[in-house]
Amino acid sequence: MIPTQHVLILSAVLFTTGVLGVMLRRNVIVIFMSIELMLNAVNLSFVAFARALDSMTGIIFIFFIIVVAAAEAVVGLSIILSIYRNQKTLNVDEFNWLKW
Amino acid sequence: MLFTFYLFAVIAVASSLGVLICRNPIYSAMSLVCTFFCLGVIYILLNEEFVAVIQILVYAGAILVLFLFVIMLLNITPDGELFRLNIPKVIGIGITIGFLAQIIGLFLSGLQYGPKDIYTVEKLTEEGSIAVIGRLLYGEYVLPFEVVSLLLLVAVIGAVIIGKRRLD
Repeated sequence: MIPTQHVLILSAVLFTTGVLGVMLRRNVIVIFMSIELMLNAVNLSFVAFARALDSMTGIIFIFFIIVVAAAEAVVGLSIILSIYRNQKTLNVDEFNWLKW
Repeated sequence: MLFTFYLFAVIAVASSLGVLICRNPIYSAMSLVCTFFCLGVIYILLNEEFVAVIQILVYAGAILVLFLFVIMLLNITPDGELFRLNIPKVIGIGITIGFLAQIIGLFLSGLQYGPKDIYTVEKLTEEGSIAVIGRLLYGEYVLPFEVVSLLLLVAVIGAVIIGKRRLD
């Protein structure tokens, strides 16, 4: 039996990697991938707790999280496509057209 | 089994670091695929086969292919400089690592669980975990299920409208 703490620690490490990716990288697509990584880390801790507590609620939540992640990826990537078509850049430091 | 878990955990962390440090976004996407497959293996080790299948089908199969499509549509060149560190970012990295250390210390000091539910591994293998999930999704959780399907519909319509070149 895999100890729950170790699964949770793996999940925390993956989440931290995602946070660091969002903070450090400037390419907007890589930032999106880091967000997906964070969502996966959360899924992993849901599974760990569901197994530890013999519950199915965490598994149900994972389906909702996956659907929300898919919706977010679809809308976000089409926004990125239209930004690139108009401005020819993917660097988030140059995304400042909404700045007052 | 424990050794397999640690092996795939190390591969998952290494390939997630690959997402962080690859200059080329295609390489980042590929190491993200590797991370998702390792997570799928870990789900199987945790006796959640259906979640593992969904993980590989939806994440590695659909979402990452969408990322790769966009990367190849945009004809992206590798990033010139990977990070540009300045004082606020260094402070942010420090705070993030500090939180990670604190969370790991919290987990290692032991967990206290609340009351257990009824779905043990034996019960799930006897009834079939997919049957249990289906009964819960269409019974107890039918309202969130419908809301989420509506969300997906709205996302598809939004993506089509945003992706159009001009609105006529």
